[in-house]
Amino acid sequence: MYVAVKGGERAIENAHRLLAHERRGDRDVPELSLSQISEQLGLAVDRVMSEGSLYDRELAALAIKQARGDLIEAIFLVRAFRATLPRFGTTEPVDTGAMRVQRRVSSTFKDIPGGQVLGPTFDYTHRLLDPGLAQGGDPEAPALAETSDVPMPRVTDILGRDGLIEPSPAAETDAPVGDLTRDPLSFPAGRDLRLQNLARGDEGFLLALGYSTQRGYGRNHPFAGEIRFGEVEVEFVAEEIGFAVPLGSIELTECQMVNQFKGSATEPPCFTRGYGLAFGQSERKTMSMALVDRALRARELGEDLIAPAQDEEFVMSHSDNVQATGFVEHLKLPHYVDFQSELGLLRKLRQEFAEANAAPALKEAAE
Amino acid sequence: MNAPTYNFAYLDEQTKRMIRRAILKAIAIPGYQVPFASREMPMPYGWGTGGVQVTAAILGPKDVLKVIDQGSDDTTNAISIRKFFAKTAGVETTTSTDAATVIQTRHRIPEAPLRAGQVLVYQVPIPEPLRFLEPRETETRRMHALAEYGLMHVKLYEDIARFGHIATSYAYPVKVNARYVMDPSPTPKFDNPKMDNCPALQLFGAGREKRIYAIPPYTSVVSLDFEDHPFTRYKFDAPCALCGAEDSYLDEIVTDNKGSRMFVCSDTDYCEGRQAAGHRGTESVAPHKEAAHG
Repeated sequence: MYVAVKGGERAIENAHRLLAHERRGDRDVPELSLSQISEQLGLAVDRVMSEGSLYDRELAALAIKQARGDLIEAIFLVRAFRATLPRFGTTEPVDTGAMRVQRRVSSTFKDIPGGQVLGPTFDYTHRLLDPGLAQGGDPEAPALAETSDVPMPRVTDILGRDGLIEPSPAAETDAPVGDLTRDPLSFPAGRDLRLQNLARGDEGFLLALGYSTQRGYGRNHPFAGEIRFGEVEVEFVAEEIGFAVPLGSIELTECQMVNQFKGSATEPPCFTRGYGLAFGQSERKTMSMALVDRALRARELGEDLIAPAQDEEFVMSHSDNVQATGFVEHLKLPHYVDFQSELGLLRKLRQEFAEANAAPALKEAAE
Repeated sequence: MNAPTYNFAYLDEQTKRMIRRAILKAIAIPGYQVPFASREMPMPYGWGTGGVQVTAAILGPKDVLKVIDQGSDDTTNAISIRKFFAKTAGVETTTSTDAATVIQTRHRIPEAPLRAGQVLVYQVPIPEPLRFLEPRETETRRMHALAEYGLMHVKLYEDIARFGHIATSYAYPVKVNARYVMDPSPTPKFDNPKMDNCPALQLFGAGREKRIYAIPPYTSVVSLDFEDHPFTRYKFDAPCALCGAEDSYLDEIVTDNKGSRMFVCSDTDYCEGRQAAGHRGTESVAPHKEAAHG
């Protein structure tokens, strides 16, 4: 009974106890370990790290376990923990050009220096449920080849050499990097904050928005210039030492969209960029992000603002699934004080309506 | 694994300092919404994260904390937040309005008058009173800057034209210190007069929307109205069934499947205080008690 909303101290405790019981499920079934989640549900871990904005596979796996597989709940757990962590500084920008690539595809050139590398992908699989997997068992070992020392320049860098694509804005090393978790957001926001917002944004929300641009709501004629996934080094300049020291490596997916040109009387036409970056292997997320990033540049590129995906305030205010789920789900909280005042007002209005319509009611009955 | 440890009242001192600065600015400009870098809290957005951050930033070890939701100390979310601070700050908690130094609230202002030295912390879902008239923050900030509130008066006028009354019964807009139009949070308009010239400090925290605003003690707070349609407080037809109070805000409780109802004080501390002082209504006990589980 919902009446226990009042006087619910014991109800809360018991509900949480029951939740823990349900999370565990049938106790005759072996309990999930964090390494099982991290190894075998790796893409879920990647998503939780990306949208949780914390690169820690073990904590993400713990969050997924604790959240019973509800990824938004897991992202929330990670975010709440992240908010309490002290900041030591920001790392050097990572060089995705120097990535140890596991996968790298371009849809704009048939062949590119370093080649197309399919890597681990669902692409070209037939989506047939595999009864063999239900049985379990070890799959075949992966095919191996000699590692190649051929550098893998980014496709956008190849285009950039001929000036066919707008240059990426150079990093302003003296300017601090915007951080919307440490400073309140105001509009219009810089592209750094937009990209941070999108990187933390809900995959489903960005997917739908990116899709809407393809269907004509702010179309920007994209090509997947390049998608790459692999490991990059993270370096940090410690003040006391004075030079960059490697902290370790992280897995990233990067998507560079190549979009319709801009140009003017004074500037030759060139392709424009949309950018997506996420932790782990998150292609759907980074592609969607790149489409939305490009759509949000509409004002900067002098395009008409006509579609939701181009509307910075709309996109950035609604992309965060932790905020969104909290506010949508807060409707579960009691609202009976407000509801009571609405009831009172409605009763009064209905009474006045009834009194005013007492005579005309006869006329209506006659019609 | 990085086992987490937490500071007094959960938030780290740097974050508290940032929030206190926002609070000071808010007090200096009554009714103005100060942006602040709201943190992710361990409870969901929309469940009081703004109020919790404000409380965490102002709470000292000697404070006595009261938390209410819908006027009541024993609603689930009030219990959850009270336990959070009992656990992370170890402060004394109370259900007595009088004994509390800090009161965090959702949707109500206590019936008992507040006194100087107390702080009332409101949980705010949508801090912007103009939001449902103009969805863009860029626009609403400009409207506040220019004190351009015509749109709100048009809305209230349209209510009167359509319904014969201003059809806003909660989150009823107020003007603070004759300057800023402010959302009092979704308290029933019954509570609006309590905000005016109140001896206690009133702080408002909106976590998801990243805004803090304030009403300093003894500040004028006027509910928007028209000369020929003055603001009226909602009046109940019956007194509280438990304590007989005629001046309190009442919850309507459905008592059976035939549509029977009883009305009782939403402010449980006020109601219990009156009952202890010998006031009686028509009923002796609340109709629903928490079902006992093992």
